[in-house]
Amino acid sequence: MALKIVKGSIDRMFDKNLQDLVRGIRNHKEDEAKYISTCIDEIKQELKQDNIAVKANAVCKLTYLQMLGYDVSWAAFNIVEVMSSSKFTYKRIGYLAASQCFHESTDVIMLTTNQIRKDLSSPNQYDTGVALTGLSCFVTPDLARDLANDIMTLMSHTKPYIRKKAVLIMYKVFLKYPESLRPAFPRLKEKLEDPDPGVQSAAVNVICELARRNPKNYLSLAPLFFKLMTSSTNNWVLIKIIKLFGALTPLEPRLGKKLIEPLTNLIHSTSAMSLLYECVNTVIAVLISLSSGMPNHSASIQLCVQKLRILIEDSDQNLKYLGLLAMSKILKTHPKSVQSHKDLILQCLDDKDESIRLRALDLLYGMVSKKNLMEIVKKLMLHVDKAEGTTYRDELLTKIIDICSQSNYQYITNFEWYISILVELTRLEGTRHGHLIASQMLDVAIRVKAIRAFAVAQMATLLDNAHLLTGNTQRNGICEVLYAAAWICGEFSEHLEEPMATLEAMLRPKVATLPGHIQAVYVQNAAKLFATVLRGQEGVPADSTVAQETSQLLIDRLPLFVQSSNLEVQERASCILQLVKYIQKLQQKDVEVAEEVTALFAGELNPVAPKAQKKVPVPEGLDLDVWINEPPSGSESEDEGRKSKGKAVFAKEESRHTKPRYTEVDEKELAKRREVRKAEQANNPFYIKASPSSQKVYQDGVGVEHIPVVQIDLSVPLKVPGMPMSDQYVKLEEERRERNKADKKKKKDKKKREKGEKGRRRRGDSGPESEEDITPAHMVDIVTEEMPENALPSDDDDKDPNDPHKALNIDLDKPLADSEKKLPVRSHRPDEVLKSPMEDRQVVEVVPEPKKKTGKEKKDRKKSKEKKKKHKQEEEGDLMGAGSEEPVQPEETKEVAAPPPASTPEASDLDFWLSNAPVPSNPQAAAAPASTPRTASGMAAVAPDSEPEEAKDTEPEETKSSTHKKKKQKKEKEKKKKKHHHNHSDGAGDESVQNGTVEEEEPLPPMSNYALLAENSYIKMMKQDADKVCDIQGNLQDGSQVVVSVIFENKCDSFIKSMEFNVLDSLNSKLQRPDGAGPHDGLIVPFQLPPGISNEARFIFSVQNIVMPQKLKGTLTFIVKTDDSSTHEKLDFKLHFTCTSYLITTPCYSDAYSKLLESGDLKGCSLKLEGVNQPFHHLLARICFHHHFSVVERIDSCASMYSRSIQGHHMCLLVKTADQTVSIDAKCDEPGLLGNVLDEIKLTFSQC
Amino acid sequence: MIKAILIFNNHGKPRLIRFYEYFAEDVQQQIIRETFHLVSKRDDNVCNFLEGGSLIGGSDYKLIYRHYATLYFVFCVDSSESELGILDLIQVFVETLDKCFENVCELDLIFHMDKGGFSAAPARAVSAVKNINLPEMPRNINIGDINIKVPSLSPF
Repeated sequence: MALKIVKGSIDRMFDKNLQDLVRGIRNHKEDEAKYISTCIDEIKQELKQDNIAVKANAVCKLTYLQMLGYDVSWAAFNIVEVMSSSKFTYKRIGYLAASQCFHESTDVIMLTTNQIRKDLSSPNQYDTGVALTGLSCFVTPDLARDLANDIMTLMSHTKPYIRKKAVLIMYKVFLKYPESLRPAFPRLKEKLEDPDPGVQSAAVNVICELARRNPKNYLSLAPLFFKLMTSSTNNWVLIKIIKLFGALTPLEPRLGKKLIEPLTNLIHSTSAMSLLYECVNTVIAVLISLSSGMPNHSASIQLCVQKLRILIEDSDQNLKYLGLLAMSKILKTHPKSVQSHKDLILQCLDDKDESIRLRALDLLYGMVSKKNLMEIVKKLMLHVDKAEGTTYRDELLTKIIDICSQSNYQYITNFEWYISILVELTRLEGTRHGHLIASQMLDVAIRVKAIRAFAVAQMATLLDNAHLLTGNTQRNGICEVLYAAAWICGEFSEHLEEPMATLEAMLRPKVATLPGHIQAVYVQNAAKLFATVLRGQEGVPADSTVAQETSQLLIDRLPLFVQSSNLEVQERASCILQLVKYIQKLQQKDVEVAEEVTALFAGELNPVAPKAQKKVPVPEGLDLDVWINEPPSGSESEDEGRKSKGKAVFAKEESRHTKPRYTEVDEKELAKRREVRKAEQANNPFYIKASPSSQKVYQDGVGVEHIPVVQIDLSVPLKVPGMPMSDQYVKLEEERRERNKADKKKKKDKKKREKGEKGRRRRGDSGPESEEDITPAHMVDIVTEEMPENALPSDDDDKDPNDPHKALNIDLDKPLADSEKKLPVRSHRPDEVLKSPMEDRQVVEVVPEPKKKTGKEKKDRKKSKEKKKKHKQEEEGDLMGAGSEEPVQPEETKEVAAPPPASTPEASDLDFWLSNAPVPSNPQAAAAPASTPRTASGMAAVAPDSEPEEAKDTEPEETKSSTHKKKKQKKEKEKKKKKHHHNHSDGAGDESVQNGTVEEEEPLPPMSNYALLAENSYIKMMKQDADKVCDIQGNLQDGSQVVVSVIFENKCDSFIKSMEFNVLDSLNSKLQRPDGAGPHDGLIVPFQLPPGISNEARFIFSVQNIVMPQKLKGTLTFIVKTDDSSTHEKLDFKLHFTCTSYLITTPCYSDAYSKLLESGDLKGCSLKLEGVNQPFHHLLARICFHHHFSVVERIDSCASMYSRSIQGHHMCLLVKTADQTVSIDAKCDEPGLLGNVLDEIKLTFSQC
Repeated sequence: MIKAILIFNNHGKPRLIRFYEYFAEDVQQQIIRETFHLVSKRDDNVCNFLEGGSLIGGSDYKLIYRHYATLYFVFCVDSSESELGILDLIQVFVETLDKCFENVCELDLIFHMDKGGFSAAPARAVSAVKNINLPEMPRNINIGDINIKVPSLSPF
């Protein structure tokens, strides 16, 4: 064995490490892939070895290879092995590899759950840290669910290093397991005020990230964040918070008003550009959310624009870019303030940096008005000509179209100009946006009736010059416009001056080189044109020859399309060809056909809105998911049958030429047949020939190949003859405006208020006023798009259903229900519920050794619930023993346990905060209103009787003192507010106080369920009888169990070991012992105690009868080990099982509670306590705490409470108090138990 | 949120790659190639923000990069990050590397990958940086009056 190890380590010396690998790869530049594949083979060998160091080295190399793009998922299991190494250096390599290559579908991830849990609870903070870092990269829903509790515990770790990581990873957990958000949120919120700035900033980051997606759920945090913003000096945190406010303000305009002042201050004071920029951004968001008419904010806008101008003018390209970016946000609501910087923005269009040019383009979009549209577009057209890269030119093209078509062509006064711009754009070589131009052409031609004549003329010219567009058929994106041109000419052919010429242009042989869908449109529209020509000609009887010539033209040219390989073209062409042939026959008989032919294309097409199809309501009674015909039952097998049949068919086909008796076919025959086949193929036009020589297929000589294709160099934009240039329109427009102005002056008094009322459906509100006196050149009717009747216009269908953040849209202000206080667990391990006591104990046994404590999160959770009830001091002792179990601070427990009195007070807090008084003039003062609600609660705490609800806030004391002075100043105001609060919460009290244990108004005196059990000079035993029973699901069994937690504390300076716990069983109660142990055997306490240490052990007893309290005698034996000797010692104790210990805290809803009382099965009993001078809520808390009751409902000084025994007895209490007298009416279906419990309650109060 | 951190050299060879979202290896390489393609053709005197890396995220995402000697440091972030902040972060990251390895050169990143658990380093730098007060960092480039101290990266 030893030899093997030595041999292994010698072998290792010759293994390649990562450096060698890297060096090797660099040295094998030529055959890198080959070298790496040999390396991977070596790694595979190394992974097979037992030595963990070798494995870790191999995994390390794999991680590097993974970065280079090699798939290493095959080594996933080895990575898990290395992860589980106890040595940190290896563990880290393992986690690194896992974080690089594990993902949700890696199946070995399932194996890692326990390992990760072990590492998370490791005493070494770096183990925990590396596990957290790794987990954040590969957390799956399963892992998130299983580990959420552990990570939540780590959020209160003593080391900020761990806390910070735990807080950050919670975000990933929320994403994967949204149910954890609500239970974890209170703690996350606490971390906002963590003393460590790193943890604080982590919490801010997580909450900001959450709030960004679902801002409205986080509105109630605004006061807290406001406080942080005004107090923090950490710019990273500030940036995040300010960004968050940017997301919140649209939801709450009042928040915006509050923010403006401090933000402006920050803008003035900060020297950090990043912070300045974010402030400006948020101020913009605020201004957007506020109604724009507010006069006092124009200063803020000016400030923003001014600061942004500084940014844009800066020589740093980054600042310039960001300035433009922010500017575009202002533009949306305050276009005027941006428009004054037009010069600057146009200047940016000439910047050498493409990103900046693109941003400037975005800005132009909002800066156009009717006045300057032509001018701006002209400038852009110049850029188009100059632009060298196609991407930027394409971007320009889309921007031009965007700018012109925005808000339903609002700014276009002259559509002739726009059409000619579009036509000019078609001359761009190699653009991808042909279809965009085409759709614009179609849209304008269809929707603007007045422009059709002009558009048709332009399109006809385009068709005539089609060869210019299709010059380079390889990159024929632009030929899409021909699609539009052909369609427009056909559809609106009545506007054509020379339909004959256009028809001829559309039937040129060259057309056959266009893509199929365009050819199809050509063919179809040729028919439309034909109809027009016929109609035009038949009016003039002398010219009937022209009509016949047209028919002849079609008959001559269409066969070319009939041969098209495109089905659509072929079909349409042959259809129309037959039609024309028939018409020709009629023409020869001098029959008037024009009417009939035109009727083929009668009727007008209306534009349809893009979402119209989606909005068509499904008719009633139509279920789209139902089968129309029942699917054939044996579809599976039939499919197979068909497949095999198909095969058979193919097989048959193959052998067709060789005839059935193929075995007898001789060589000669075969050769002959080959000849025949070749001849057959040669004649078949659909057979693709192998040799290029047989390319000539078409007999008619109009083959495409014969037309010489001239490559035209289009570096200089071509002027298409006869086409008006858009520039002309600019001049014309100017002249026209001059004229208009002159006209206007004459009719000034009349027309002043009249807007261009002709048919404009949309009148932009944001558009500059001045443009209103520009009347469009044409009477323009923009037809709106059609929508189905009763369809509602809405944009809600744009949301991505796969967004993981959708699941995180959870109301966080709602109080946690009892069932939610702990993390929910999907019952993926139902067997654990009914675990035998034996197993139970094993779990308990491993408590002191955190690393054994794996996989039983259920038990852990039980434990932690119990823990919440313990007193803090006890918990500290507990912590040392229980190791991984994190103490839950009492305050915290209260916050979690006490139902926050619904969201109303919180919401009103926010209202109060928001509505509160004048905006403070400096950040310091700004903090004051943020804390005022808290002040109010502080005061309420002093007088709990008058203001019970408000005091729920977490740290009343702190704020009370610090804001004392301010409080006085604001007292007047608050008094009013308080009244409101009081009424409000009283009203809400009925529902809000339901169903929780008790709500705590102020820190309660420490309470402990631990009682001293026995003590001697060596050891002290404290016991608590826990109310936990194995069955929490409600189907209680006969053999109910009681868990007793005992804390052993070593009081001497020697080591205590071999502790044995034994109890004399009574008839009624028995200690649960492991199988095989006799009834008198003791239980071994699963730990040893070093001096001064305490630890907790749990023992399970089964109880028959729970009506009576009982006492059990027991002994603890142990060995005290000193340096030189060891002595056996013994300690006797008495275990007292009170009836209370058989009760389980069970929440109950008031309606169920009243039903229970109505049933009449319960027998009553009552009790009076005199001289109790505790506040009522203390009293309730005591009953809840010591006797396991929960408050069902509380009204003023009267409360109903509920509990249930482990055997299912219901127990109801009605507690009233008046002048130091407490009366308790109780009802239970087991009078004996009730009597005993009441006695115990009495005892509790007599003790204090 | 930071979606990915890519460090590659002037030839597009990956030197440190960290994705905070899962992508298959071939997609990762494609992203690296595309990013390199986008970044490498940009002049050094243009702005450091890039939109339109089509593979990660959508319009919400930006590439923010810096070029030091032979290395490109590219961060892919969404809109919840401050652009200038990330530029500072890159700067701090590089300086941290410089401190850790004394005179960082490209090869440090590969040779010491195991040494510092290196791929976790970005995350650490982020958390470390977030503890620092921005104005107190003397090399902060977004505070105009202080000179940038670019670590001397020796070309390999």
